[in-house]
Amino acid sequence: MSIMEQLPVLLIIGPIIAALIILAAGWHDRRLCYPVMLLSITGQFIASLVLLLQVIQDGTIRYYLGGWAPPLGIELVIDSFSGFILSTIMLLALLAIVYARRSVEAEVPAEKIVSFYVLVQLLIIGLVGMTITGDVFNLYVFLEISSIATYTLIAGTRSPRSYVAGFNYLIMGSIAAGFILLGIGYLYVATGTLNMAEIAMLLPASYELSTVHAAFLFLMIGFSIKAAFFPLHLWLPDAYTESPSAVTVIISTVMAKVSVYAMIRILFTIFTTAYIIESFPVTEFILLIATIAIVAGAILAIAQNDLKRMLAYSSISQIGYIMFAVGVANQIALEGGLLHILGHAMMKGCLFMVAGLIIYRMGTSNMLELRGVAGTMPISCAAFALAGASMIGIPPTIGFMSKYYLVLGAFEAGYWLYAAVLLIGSLLAAGYIWRFIEIAYFGDHHHKGDQTTTPEGPISMIAPMVCLALLCLILGIFVEMPMEIIGPAAMILLGGI
Amino acid sequence: MRENVVIRTVSRLAVPFIQLFGLYVIAHGASGPGGGFQGGVAFAAAFILMIIAFGIADVRKRINNRGIMIFSIFGIALYAAVGLLSILYAGNFLQLNVIEAALGIPHLHGILIDIAEAGIGITVMAIMISIIYDMADTGGESA
Repeated sequence: MSIMEQLPVLLIIGPIIAALIILAAGWHDRRLCYPVMLLSITGQFIASLVLLLQVIQDGTIRYYLGGWAPPLGIELVIDSFSGFILSTIMLLALLAIVYARRSVEAEVPAEKIVSFYVLVQLLIIGLVGMTITGDVFNLYVFLEISSIATYTLIAGTRSPRSYVAGFNYLIMGSIAAGFILLGIGYLYVATGTLNMAEIAMLLPASYELSTVHAAFLFLMIGFSIKAAFFPLHLWLPDAYTESPSAVTVIISTVMAKVSVYAMIRILFTIFTTAYIIESFPVTEFILLIATIAIVAGAILAIAQNDLKRMLAYSSISQIGYIMFAVGVANQIALEGGLLHILGHAMMKGCLFMVAGLIIYRMGTSNMLELRGVAGTMPISCAAFALAGASMIGIPPTIGFMSKYYLVLGAFEAGYWLYAAVLLIGSLLAAGYIWRFIEIAYFGDHHHKGDQTTTPEGPISMIAPMVCLALLCLILGIFVEMPMEIIGPAAMILLGGI
Repeated sequence: MRENVVIRTVSRLAVPFIQLFGLYVIAHGASGPGGGFQGGVAFAAAFILMIIAFGIADVRKRINNRGIMIFSIFGIALYAAVGLLSILYAGNFLQLNVIEAALGIPHLHGILIDIAEAGIGITVMAIMISIIYDMADTGGESA
């Protein structure tokens, strides 16, 4: 049983050692990198599932690093919320890595492949660390590990535009990290501890201090930049469009979700509902911005001609849905929001995989040049249609279920008007998803792609894509399965145990 | 610059002392102010001085990119090994007192922490030198 107790730390230390092995192996032979990487991510995925089952059975897992109990030491906490996010991101990371192999060979220069895999591994370590840590400063350290890996990964292709995108994100991300660090500093000033549970316990005494308000605003703005919450999203479209396809899949699903997770953690676990609803009423404001994000993101997405850029703007809109749940802040809406974290990760992962495969096969992601692409790539376009249906929210997909819960939550809280905006957002999503469907299926057939029976892409790229598309459907029908863990997770956030 | 005797002689004299100071800071990490990071940076400072005085080609002969890679991997591996050792003795990660209790050697946890600090120091030194190499390089041969 000893290994089971050590699982939380092995989830971080194991991949760090794997990253070193990748580096050393890559020096010897580049082809060795990928198997090591796949092995370590698979191990992490299995470990995350084991931890999730353990949390469902026995409740929250706490691991004290070095045997020092908090507030002295650093603890790793896996409750139903972080366990849920952990297995979600590891599932997506695993599929993205399976997908990455051929796509990376095509898009990343050969001499950069070793460092590419090392950085992907570091990125995932950082994100896993952010998810399971119970210490705010530790959260910041892992945030920096993942951010620095991301800056370089975005600049991973041959095109100079990816350097600009990476550099822009470096500037924005560093500002965000600076804000987050300041916020953590102010929290430390106010409470004298860095442990999340301790801060939540000590903070109510100083709710009226302006130090705490400043800490809250700094953290809020910092994480809004990281999560690309509407007015602070400017880095996102370039970063998603210009980075290598495999990186886009990872950052649009895994990284974006962990940033949102961290924000929700800060809002609900550290500041708790008592602060964000009564002491410093901010939820209505978040709700307002979230609805603007939903509509503005969708409208901007409709205006794009590039497939990847369209999906990037759609992400801004979808982050709005998750923040909508935070703004409503009741049990049902939060369940919808958390379900949307899972659902959006799967559908956006699938859509970006389709976009990557189209680039791999057709050499372009400009929609005007992709007329009739469904004739050449039937499986990809079918996957796009299925994930797109989930994005719009057509029953019985998972996208429908999460929006259904969101609308129910909004009704329960009496936000009728805001619920109507959710429906408008869905209509707009139908606008941009349908646009590609129309071009792909009904556009005239005059592009150069040969219509022979050659397969439309490597199986290692098609399989994860189809898998995600089917998951959108299956989890939508059997929605009780994720809800079993999401229900308690939302309850923890609202302060019940 | 090439033949400046004063700079070269003073650097040659100062380098061993800077390195010794770096090692001292690393070794004092467990019991006093200092630690692996600070010591590693001080140790790397000696290499920076050598690059300034003797030129980058000369220093590259002593420690090349492959050496930097090996040092940085070795350093983290050393740290992780100390941490994982305590898991073998049924403690948590880096819980060094269980090893001390199991082996019965007094002050063992301090020694183990020093080993971990040395690991940090080695990695920090290697990375600092690599940063200086990247900054001093004017294109051409790189990693």
